[in-house]
Amino acid sequence: MSSLLTILIDGLTYASWLFIVALGLTLVFGVLKILNIAHGSFYALGAYAAASFVGWAATMKWAPGFTLVAMLLAAVAVAAVVAPLTERGLLRFFYGRDEVLLVLVTYAMFLIMEDVTKLIWGANPYYVSEPYGLFGNIDIGHQTYVGYDFVLVLLAAVVGLVVWWGLNRTRQGKIVLAVIHSSEIAASMGVNVSRVYMLAFSIGIFLAALGGAFTAPMISVQPGVSVGVIIVSFAVVIIGGLGSIEGAALGALIVGLARSLAVHLAPVAELFSIYCVMAIVLMFRPEGLFQRIQSRKI
Amino acid sequence: MAVIPFSSGPSSSLSRPSASPWRTLALGLGCCATLAVGGLVMPKWLTFLITMAAANGLVSLGIVVLMRGGVVSFGQGMVFALGGYTAALVFNKLGFTDALGLTLAGGTLAALVAAPFAPLLSRYRGIFFAMLTLALSMVTYGLLMKLDMLGGSDGFNLGRPTLLGYALPDAQVGYILYLLTIAMATVMALLARVYFDSTRGLITLAVRENELRVEYLGGSVRQAMVINFILAAFCGGLGGALAVMALGHIDPGFSFWTTSGEFVFVAILAGWQSVIAVFVASTALEVVRSFSSSYFPNTWQLALGLFLLFVIRFLPRGIGSLWIKRGAR
Repeated sequence: MSSLLTILIDGLTYASWLFIVALGLTLVFGVLKILNIAHGSFYALGAYAAASFVGWAATMKWAPGFTLVAMLLAAVAVAAVVAPLTERGLLRFFYGRDEVLLVLVTYAMFLIMEDVTKLIWGANPYYVSEPYGLFGNIDIGHQTYVGYDFVLVLLAAVVGLVVWWGLNRTRQGKIVLAVIHSSEIAASMGVNVSRVYMLAFSIGIFLAALGGAFTAPMISVQPGVSVGVIIVSFAVVIIGGLGSIEGAALGALIVGLARSLAVHLAPVAELFSIYCVMAIVLMFRPEGLFQRIQSRKI
Repeated sequence: MAVIPFSSGPSSSLSRPSASPWRTLALGLGCCATLAVGGLVMPKWLTFLITMAAANGLVSLGIVVLMRGGVVSFGQGMVFALGGYTAALVFNKLGFTDALGLTLAGGTLAALVAAPFAPLLSRYRGIFFAMLTLALSMVTYGLLMKLDMLGGSDGFNLGRPTLLGYALPDAQVGYILYLLTIAMATVMALLARVYFDSTRGLITLAVRENELRVEYLGGSVRQAMVINFILAAFCGGLGGALAVMALGHIDPGFSFWTTSGEFVFVAILAGWQSVIAVFVASTALEVVRSFSSSYFPNTWQLALGLFLLFVIRFLPRGIGSLWIKRGAR
């Protein structure tokens, strides 16, 4: 019984940061129609930036609680600086091209960003353990869980709700939805489509960086984190259906639980489990769980 | 999407090419012979580079086969690894050491493993096909990492193969594997050309343009996709077996998604029109990789990425489009 609870809580924690990251991926795909392989690199960038910001916060003698603010600022910095740069400076030249070709463009971005992060931060791992102890431990049954994990779950819920509310209940969000539906008609109605693209891309990157920044305390930040993250978040959005918020949430839960089940019961199958789930879902729901049916060109 | 008139004359991109088959054959054999003779005077690093380029090019040729039908596999690393592991295991466990036999074994097993997945995958297009194949290759990667019997994450080595009953001497082993690889690449390239110009090959092109019309005209889209997928797997398996013999070592990295990414890179770089462009592109990638890794060891991925972006931006239809004229599209 207690092991079941542990599996559930582990799965939920894993799902929570994964949801934040995958939400960004699905948003970018929904609006720009780009499946961004470099999304994992932005996650890594967020984690590295968080490591640096938390380090600076420590040297400036901020109160420990403010390390959370430092991590948030790190994500904001990545989104504000790098996202517009890549979208305006690179991606916009490729809009309208074949989806798979766009995947390859982001693959090139991934290669470039891998080396750039190595050039900036070096190849040695960073540890940001400070914020992890902020919320103490929580005892449930015989097991002790780290409070930070639950904060992460809360953060994921808040982020999900804010994005959902922003898209469905605000004027800006309605405009974004209009662009998702048909960018040409939106443009002819006076919507500044390229601004919406930049905005959506920046928010997507912010979510990736946020996921990276807030998981930085739980991992060692080193070259290679991006590669693992992208593969798992792909699985999430594919399971949930590309471009769907509910899908990303459900997909993250499924992947999180599948992984923690595998880790606890059959450790050899960790990576394997995620992809088996994805393959099974795709066999029965080729477009993912929440994808709307698309019309077919004759 | 442009409307493609099915009954149009020789100007249509779907018509049979006007180049004579004999010219293509002569060109292919000529290239192969030139490379074979040239290999005698090339430095060792260059023959190795071309060996790897040709072996990897075979995998990318498989992607081009799929690309002609409008889908791109992001998981050819799987068949590459299957071919490689098959060759290495047959060598180490069964004691069968013939290089040609190992190559064919690699290709055949990759095709056999891919065959049951082909009907499933043939229903998917675009991003979903890419992601599902990626998933398959990552499952393979995960399995290979965890199987201690296969050396786990370190992989294992294999010894020196023989060829047609002859042991390969120290000095010439590199050159002979080079010969085998380019010969295999030439044969597969010529066969690919034959396939592309056959009725089924042309149906594949039509699928790329408009699936529904193909069905209305009595062609089977799924059958074309299934066959293409199996052929692509065969090519990938051959490439994997040849690569592992040249390298003398195999590890699960063969099936990792970044490996697959490089194969897609080469296929996109080549474009879907020309077969020889695949090998030119593969060589270009190897050259860029080896030069940038020796001159900028810390930033070679950066160089590779910039190169890729440059190609996609300025040669959208691949380097094949440099010498194959744009059809009536």
